[in-house]
This record gives sequence, C-alpha cells and structure tokens, in this order.
Amino acid sequence: MTAVGVRSTRRVSWVDRFLTTLRIVLIALIVVGLLAFIAQQIDNDNAFARRRNPGATGLTAAQVKGLFVTGVAQGAMYGLIALGYSMVYGVLGFINFAHGEVFMLGTMSGFIASTKLSDAGYWESNFIGSFLLIILIAILVSTATAVVMERVAYRPLRDSPRLIPLITSIGVSFFIQNAVLGLFGPNSKSYPQLPEWLAKNRTILTFDIPGTKIMVLVVAAVSMAGLWWVVERTKTGKAMRAVAEDKEIAALMGINVDRTIVLTFAIGGAMAGIGGILWGLSFRSVTHLTGFLPGIKAFTAAVVGGVGNLGGSMAGGVALGTAESLGPQVILEPLGVKGVSQLRDAVAFTALVVVLLFKPAGLFGERLSEDDRA
Amino acid sequence: MSPIMHIHDLTVSFGGLNALSDLNFHVDEGEIVSVIGPNGAGKTTFFNLITGLVEPNSGDILFEGESILGLDPYQVTEIGIARTFQNVRLFPNMTVLENVMVAQHCRTHQHAFGALLQTKAFRKEEREIRERAEEVLSFFGTRLIGYRLDQPAFVLSYANRRRLEIARAMATQPRLLLLDEPVAGMNPKESVELTNLIGRLRSEWGFTIVMIEHDMGVVRDVSDRVVVLDHGVTIAQGSYEEVSNDPQVIEAYLGRPAQDAS
Amino acid sequence: MNELAPPRQILDQDWRRILQFGSLCALTLVFIALIGMPVQLDTRILIRRHLSLGYLSLIWIPMIMGYLVSKELVLEGIISAKKGPRDLLAGALTGMIGGAGLSLLAVLINNFDLRDPLLNWSPQTLEQLNFGNGIGFGIGIWLLIGGALGIFGSALHVLPALTAKAVGVALMTVALVSILETAITDLLEGFRLTFITDSLYAKRGGLSVVSTIVLVVFVALVTVLAAGQGDALRVKYDALDAPRRKSANLTMSFAGVIALLLLPLFLGKIMNELLANVGLFVLLALGLNIVVGLAGILDLGYVAFFAVGGYTTAVLTSPNSPWISPELHFGIVILIVIVIAAMIGLAVGAPVIRMRGDYLAIVTLGFGEIIRLLFLSDWLSPYFGGAQGITNIPPVDLGFAEVKGSDPRSVFYLVLFFCAIAIYISWRLQGSRLGRAWMAIREDEKVAEAMGINTVNAKLMAFVVGAILASFSGAVFAAKVGSIFPSSFLILVSIIILVVVIVGGMGNITGVIVGAVVLIGVLGGPKQPGLLQELGTFKLLIYGALLVFMMLKRPEGLVPNARRSHELHQEEFLQDAWLKGIVDDDDEEVTA
Repeated sequence: MTAVGVRSTRRVSWVDRFLTTLRIVLIALIVVGLLAFIAQQIDNDNAFARRRNPGATGLTAAQVKGLFVTGVAQGAMYGLIALGYSMVYGVLGFINFAHGEVFMLGTMSGFIASTKLSDAGYWESNFIGSFLLIILIAILVSTATAVVMERVAYRPLRDSPRLIPLITSIGVSFFIQNAVLGLFGPNSKSYPQLPEWLAKNRTILTFDIPGTKIMVLVVAAVSMAGLWWVVERTKTGKAMRAVAEDKEIAALMGINVDRTIVLTFAIGGAMAGIGGILWGLSFRSVTHLTGFLPGIKAFTAAVVGGVGNLGGSMAGGVALGTAESLGPQVILEPLGVKGVSQLRDAVAFTALVVVLLFKPAGLFGERLSEDDRA
Repeated sequence: MSPIMHIHDLTVSFGGLNALSDLNFHVDEGEIVSVIGPNGAGKTTFFNLITGLVEPNSGDILFEGESILGLDPYQVTEIGIARTFQNVRLFPNMTVLENVMVAQHCRTHQHAFGALLQTKAFRKEEREIRERAEEVLSFFGTRLIGYRLDQPAFVLSYANRRRLEIARAMATQPRLLLLDEPVAGMNPKESVELTNLIGRLRSEWGFTIVMIEHDMGVVRDVSDRVVVLDHGVTIAQGSYEEVSNDPQVIEAYLGRPAQDAS
Repeated sequence: MNELAPPRQILDQDWRRILQFGSLCALTLVFIALIGMPVQLDTRILIRRHLSLGYLSLIWIPMIMGYLVSKELVLEGIISAKKGPRDLLAGALTGMIGGAGLSLLAVLINNFDLRDPLLNWSPQTLEQLNFGNGIGFGIGIWLLIGGALGIFGSALHVLPALTAKAVGVALMTVALVSILETAITDLLEGFRLTFITDSLYAKRGGLSVVSTIVLVVFVALVTVLAAGQGDALRVKYDALDAPRRKSANLTMSFAGVIALLLLPLFLGKIMNELLANVGLFVLLALGLNIVVGLAGILDLGYVAFFAVGGYTTAVLTSPNSPWISPELHFGIVILIVIVIAAMIGLAVGAPVIRMRGDYLAIVTLGFGEIIRLLFLSDWLSPYFGGAQGITNIPPVDLGFAEVKGSDPRSVFYLVLFFCAIAIYISWRLQGSRLGRAWMAIREDEKVAEAMGINTVNAKLMAFVVGAILASFSGAVFAAKVGSIFPSSFLILVSIIILVVVIVGGMGNITGVIVGAVVLIGVLGGPKQPGLLQELGTFKLLIYGALLVFMMLKRPEGLVPNARRSHELHQEEFLQDAWLKGIVDDDDEEVTA
C-alpha cells in the first residue's frame, strides 16, 4: 500500500480570501505605522515620516515611558476585571456581560464610603486605614452583587443554550446601570483627593511614575497573588477547576457545584471590586456608565489572554492597556490619522477584532470550543 | 463491484492519544458494512473523519476515486455522503417536513431573489422539494406523514426521531449513507422493523451503507461484512460468522462466545 | 377538571413563602421609591385626584405579590386544595410586609439624612409616601394599602373564574384607557367624537372617578356577557378548511391594511410622529429578527447599519455634506444605500461569521462602537462632519408629495411602505430554501453543515439582509430628522431593538411587529418619547428588567407563534385521543 500524505483540497472561498487580505492589510498598517514612528524618532525631518504625516513630531523618550506606564497601570485594572469574565466563562461557559456593572458598583460604593470618610476627616488623617476600609466595602458590595446576580438571573438558565444567559446578562447590565442612575443621579461623582505623599512621582529604573500608578500596580499584584493562591492551593480552587472541567463529574465526586459556582462569581466580584476602587482613585470620577467601556475592554483582555486562564487574563489586560495607550500615538499618528486620542476606544475594540480574526475561538479557547453545541 | 470509498492508513490522535491508527477500510458499491467495537473504539471518530468534522493526522480518504480530505462538512454532503448522529440531533423547532426539506439544500439552487419575486423556477423547485420530502418520509409507512408533517420535531417519539434522522439523511440524496447506531434505544419490535428498512434502503434506494451498531442481531441480519475496531485498530473483518468466531474479537469485544452474547 | 380538596385551615400557612414574597415585595417597593418613580411620575394623572402614575408604580407590586404568593403549581395527579380564606390571609400578610417596607423607609427618611448619595432620599419622597398627612399617617396607611392590595391579588384565585376574569379585564381596561389618554383623545378628536373623551377624562387629564366606575362596570358586564364568544369564534375559525381559512386571513389582513392607511388621517401631529417613530423601529426590529430570530446570530452592533443608512443618505442628499454633496434624489439614494449597506454587511460579517455565537455578539458590539467612534472622530470629520454631524438633509420629493419631518403623516406613509417591503421580504424568505437553512443553523449549526448547508454563506446572507433593512430605516430617519449626528447611534439602540425582538418573540414576524408597536409606542425609543413620555430615563430601566424577565420566564416571546401553538394544540388533541384509545399505540410508543 502506498503511503498517501494529507492533501488539502479545501476550496478557498471568497470569505477566506477576504479575511487573508484583511489580515495582511492590518499587519501592513501596523508595520508601516511602527516604521514611520521609528523613522520619526530617529530623525524628525526624514522623508518617510514627512510623507506619512507632515505635521507630526516624534515623542520624547520620557513621553513614551509615560504612555507605557499609564498603559500598564490601566491594563492592570482591566486585568482585575477580566479575571471575573474569565472565571465565569471557565466555569459556566457564557459571557457575563453584566460584570462591568459589578465593577461599577465597586467604584460607586467606594465613592460613597470615601466621601463619608472624607467628610469625617478620617480620609486625610489615616489614609491607609480609609483605603483598606473602602476596598473592603467595595469588595463586599461587588461580591454581593455578583452573587445575587447569579442566584436570580443565571442559575435558572444554567442548562439553556449559551446565548440565552448572555442576552439575560445584557438585560441585567442595562438594569443595574439605570438603577444606579435612578438611585444616585446622572452627575459624575468625584472621589476625594489622594494624599500628597502617595500621589507624588517617584523614579524607579529611570521611569518617572506617579504614586497613584504605583499603588495600582502593587494592589493589583497583591490581589493577583491572593487569587492565584486561592485557585491553585486551596480546596475551593480545586473544586472550581474541577467544575470548569466537567460539572457532572465534579458533582459525582462530591463537589457542591452550586456552591462552587457561587464562589466563582463571588471571587470574580471581589476582584472587580478591587479594580473598581483602583479605577476610582486613578480617575477620581464615577457615573452609572463607568462600567461599560472597562467591562468590554476587560472582556477583550480575557479573550486576548485566553478565557479560563487566570494569568493570561492579567497579561491580556496589561497587553491591551499598553496597546490602547501606545497604539494611537505610535501607530495611528505616524500613519497620518488626526485626533488620535479620540480613537483610543476604537483601538481597544479593533484589538479584539484583530485577535479574534487570527484566532476565531480566542487565543486559548480551543478547549471550550469543543462543546460548541448550541 | 468497485470500491465506492477507500481509506488508507488513516491516523488521528487527540492530545497524543491515537483514536484511530493506520486504519485501512473500503466499501464496495451497494454493500452494507457494519462497524462494531467496544465503547471508545473510535467508531464515531471514524464517521467524523469521513464527514469532515475532524481532520486526520495522516492517511487519505478516497470517495469514488477522489480524495475528500480537507473538504468542509457541507461539501462532503454535496459529493454524496450523508450521516445520522448517535445522539439524535434533529432541528427540534422545525417541522418534520421542514427537517427533511432543509436537507435538500445542497441539491437545490434557488436564491433569495427567486423567493422574493416568486419566480416560476422558484415555485417549481419548492414543489419538487416538498414532493421529494414527502416521498422520503412515506418510506417509513404512516409514521411520519399526514398530520405529522407539520408537527415540530420535538414532539416526536424517540423511535420516530431516529426515523426522521434517517429520512433527513436520505433527503440529501447521498450515494453513501453513514448510520450511527440507528436502532439504539428502540424496542425489539422497532429494531426488527428498522432492520428491514435498512435492507430496503439498499434494494430500493440504491444506497451503500456503513453502519455503526451495537445490536448484534441487527448486525447479523443486514451486514455483508463486519469490521471490528478496538482501540483505534482494525482487529478483524469479514462476514458476521467469521468475525464472531474470531478469538481476538471474542476476547476484545464479546468477552464470551457469540452465540451466548445475543 | 381536577377534583379539588376542601380548603385548608386558615393557619395552615407556608410561612417561609410568605416571608420570602413579603420581603421581595418590600425590597421592590423601597427600590422603586428610592429611584424616584413615585415622585417623578406623579405629574401623570391616571384617575383624577385618586391615582397618579407615580402611585401606580408602587401599588401594582403588592397586588402581583399577593397573587403570586397564593398561586400554586398545579400538578397532574396531585389534588390541590380549594382556595379560601387561608390564601387571602397569605396575600394580606405578603402585602403588609411590603407596606411595612415602605413605612420603614418613611421613618428612616424622616429621621436620617442620606440625601448625599441617594438622590431621592428627599422630603418630596417622604411627602409622597405620607400622602401629605404627616409621618404617622404614612406608616399606617401603607400597612393598610399593602394588606388590601395583597388580599385583592390573592382574591383573584378565590373568586369564581368568570368574576376574576371580569375584574382582571376591567382593571386592565382602566389602566389602558388612562395610560393611552393622549392617543385616545387624539383619535376620537379625529373622528369628531370629542364628547366621549370629554365625559371620559377630567379637564386637566386623567379619568374622572365617575367615568372610572362606569368604565369598570361596563367592561365587567361586557366580559361576563361575552364570555365564551371569543372561544366560539376561534373554534369556528379552526373548523374552517384551508382555502376558507386563507380567504378569512386575507380579508382580515386587507381590513387591517386599510385601517392602517386611513388611521393617520384622523390623528394629530404628535400621534403621527409617534406612529412614524414606531414604524422606524418596526423596520429595525424586522431586520434584526432575520439576523437573531431566524439565523440565530446575536448581532449587538446592529445600530451600525442604521447609521450607515443614515449617513449615506445624508452625504448623498444634503447640500451641507462636508465631503461630496451630489444632492441626489432619495429614490436613487435608496439604491446606493442598499449597495453600501450590503457591502458593509459583508465586510463586517466576513470576519465575525465563523466565531462562536457569544464572541460574535461582543465583537459586533465592538464594531458598532467603532463605526460610531469613526463617525465622531476628527479624523473623518472632513467626510462626515464629526460631532457636528450633517445637517440640512432635504425632504424626500415624491413628485406628488413631500416627505419631511415637519409633516409626520407623510413620514409615516414612507415608513409604512418600507415596513411593507420588510414584511414581504421576511415572509417570503422564511418560507424559502434560504429561510429553512437559517432556521437549521439557528437550531444546530454543526448538524446544519453536515446536512449540506454552506453555513458561512447562509449566515452572511442573513447579515446582509438585516443590514439592508436597518439601512432603510436609517435612510428614512435621516430624511425625517433632517440632520444626523453620531449621538443618534449609541449601542443603546441595538439593545432596545433586541428587547423589542425578544419580547415580541424571536423569529415571529407578527410578534416582532406587535412588540415594536407596544414597547416603542408606550415606553418610547432610546430618544423618542412614547405615550408615557413622563417615564423619561425609567424606560431604560424597564427595558432592562423586561429583557431579564423575558429570558427567565418566556424566552419564546409574549406573542405566541401561531404555527407553534397550533402544533402544541395538536399534541394535546393526540394525548386525548391516546387516552381514549383511538390512536394506534405502536405509533406513539416511546422507548427511552
């Protein structure tokens, strides 16, 4: 018998060709943008850079570093939110669209607590104590929200097709947003000022980093470590991973599936609560719409890092934050696009599209895509 | 008779585990071949490979002399291979008639504009699709016709769902029909009836049939040839009698003499 | 009919259940009070001097809870007890716990100041809860009201079926007549029947007490007298043979069309404006119904195609378009809109179509935002005007008439024309080879592909058809408003259309139309006011709650699919036949 190799006879449809072209064009644009940026950095007046964008000036090294640090800090917050998407997706296999609102409620409760503390004078006199207190409150509120959400809206739908809980979560998100609008009004609310000793810039490894961002990075790292410990080292974490693999088998092994799922939501909620406080302290303002964009972007981060993969979610968040921060200045501006700062959000969404364009099931989504039965 | 399908050295592995290794297999035109083997022997994977749901690591599948590797599942159906599913997968909210009509998708050609303008060609084709669907359904006696035509598939009894799945596969007008455990879950009376129908599928409709089945009675009654798979390897093939007396098969699959098994 | 056991002892209560429903009732009431519904909706009078929309937003809760707490699952073979005083007590207690929640809230507002974060922790809310009579009165009255409403709700189980039905219908009618006041006044004015509205409604809005009572009595009487007539009619209709039924259907739809064509002539400007808005959303919903309802693709960026239609029309017709301004005629523009929408539909669809359903949803949401952000950006403002948008879009010149925003009646007719096209397209495609392929993909994509359907092409077709229908709506919207801004194309629009489709029933043309008419007509669109324009921002809250409720309780939509329910009916018939031993048992044998 002659050995016959695998020959591919798959007919290439126009969709495939279109997608290939799209991929090539996207890569080409990114490469050209980067080259133009590098050219600009080397010589502000070189012909290549001039042709691309006559008015552009390069960035100073300090500016690039600043953007980078901003991006990483922002990304760490996306990462914290992304953990919730990732964990719920891992365990239940659906996108909890309302997770952004869990985050928003954390920010909102942090605002209420911090203004009360500030009114009492405690915020200034003992910032560390206040800080810990508002984080605790935000964690409680976000966790409670996530748990109630699971109980009321998602548990009855556990066995329905995947799109049904997704649509439900859109409704939940919409409901929470507008409930918060009704309760607290449409005005943007400002967090109290951070103490001077924390907010001032510090220089680490030639990077000039504002104190707020250091705080964000430290808190995110600590939370991440805590989460890692819970998931990898405790019995609860083992149960969560077992339920993510196979709910029925896990139940047969004596794991309380309902309780584990509630815990998953709770831990995801807690992470979102921490993220919410960091967000509030960094941007110092919160409205009922605060959860929407970070929510979507965190989902993007979860997809970039691979849903169900916790370290990946954090990494995805940081990657997305950096791309969003640097992308407009480093790729779009040199390409001759005007007003790039308005396109930050568009860059984040494009990143999502690009990632899924190359990997339709997400970067590490293959395992989940096996049970693709609608 | 010439082989309608020929499989060379087919190997596929999932995560380092060989689901099928170096499988060689052929089906002659007009033959009924049963594939048997214990659970996890790679039978359904075998069907998934043929219908393009899974890609092999190596080897080749020739259908009527041409390789069908790399074809999308719908293209495999187009060239004339249809299948049923082990865990009955109908379109539950579509009617019985629609389930069979939709299966003729790849044999028909009218586009949206025909439907919007209600052209003559469109109406003629719709009529033909419907007639063909009714013809296929009437193969199962009175079970799936009459008032049943307009019932959604989810109200059907289990046996009728299995029948409808076969009807749906027939409607794609295949040359090769792959049946995945067609009598699973049926009572003895229904099994006998379906066994007869499988025979008639060849004699009246001219299908070549490959069937995965656990029910040895059915296998004995209809198959020209039996192929035994175990751990992804063919351990025996031949007539039912030959296979059932093969010591290797008895050891791997039946565990005790065949005459006692059924 | 099942035999009923005698009523249970009055104290034989499921106390836990009462506590559960009671606290749910209290929580909901406090929530509603705190988001400010009672105060803000108080301006809308339903029954003069007795009931405003604000109070209605509170009182329906204890009623529903009272109804639910004494409702029991009826299981075949298990004899359930006859309803009696025991259930009334359960209802009363539930309602009272709810009322106690409000009383507690009043006390808290009276004694603590939480106005800083909570906007509605205000003297106005307190005033509203007290009925302006001091805190003591407020506390007592809510216990009473809660208890009474709870009893009322549970009484619906105790009353004889016909009476309960009469009461229910009468209440619904009063609610409808008072909520639809503007519409009814306007309509009757058109027919020169103002004497009816004059006697029905009080001078400054709302039903008068007398007319309410008359209405209740009248409707209840009609319900009792006409009981069974409706069923008889249905039986008669079901008994018709196919051609007769077809002609009956035809006659009815013909009458409907005529009524729809004549209706705007009798309506004033505001109502016509409302109709035009509703029409635009019917059009959008029909398009999304093809994508979500038929093909099962959850497209959350649907608004992008609405925007594409609007911007294409604006660029091609407006003299103020910053880039090119060919000032073409609307008829030509529509053809170009179709082409561009189809192209963008393909371009957006191709990358996403192979993704799994949930990823696709989020990515399309992203696309919707990208398109809006691009229209908004400085980068593309030389082409599309950025935040300033494109203004001065001319009216549609039809030769014999002009369709412009200031004449909503003409807009309505134009929208109606496009809706007719959309309905025709949906209807014809549904019954075609393509429509069946869509349904198969919705049911089980992998099997659909294994049955020979090129799923990528079929799904792209759904995307494109949906895109074209949405772009029609966008084009008419542009011509109607006369100017176009990125802010008209928020994600919000996509979500509201999704709610409309789901409430109406996915994949059900009639349902989707009814859903759009009811929701957009009564609650209003994202920016367009409905009949209850006082709702303001609350309508989004209601949309969200409605979406969750529908998914949990009735994912198939409120309007039952005619075909589906007919089949279910058939099944029941079969069951009966089987019980009587008519059906061949071999046929129904289930061996699982």
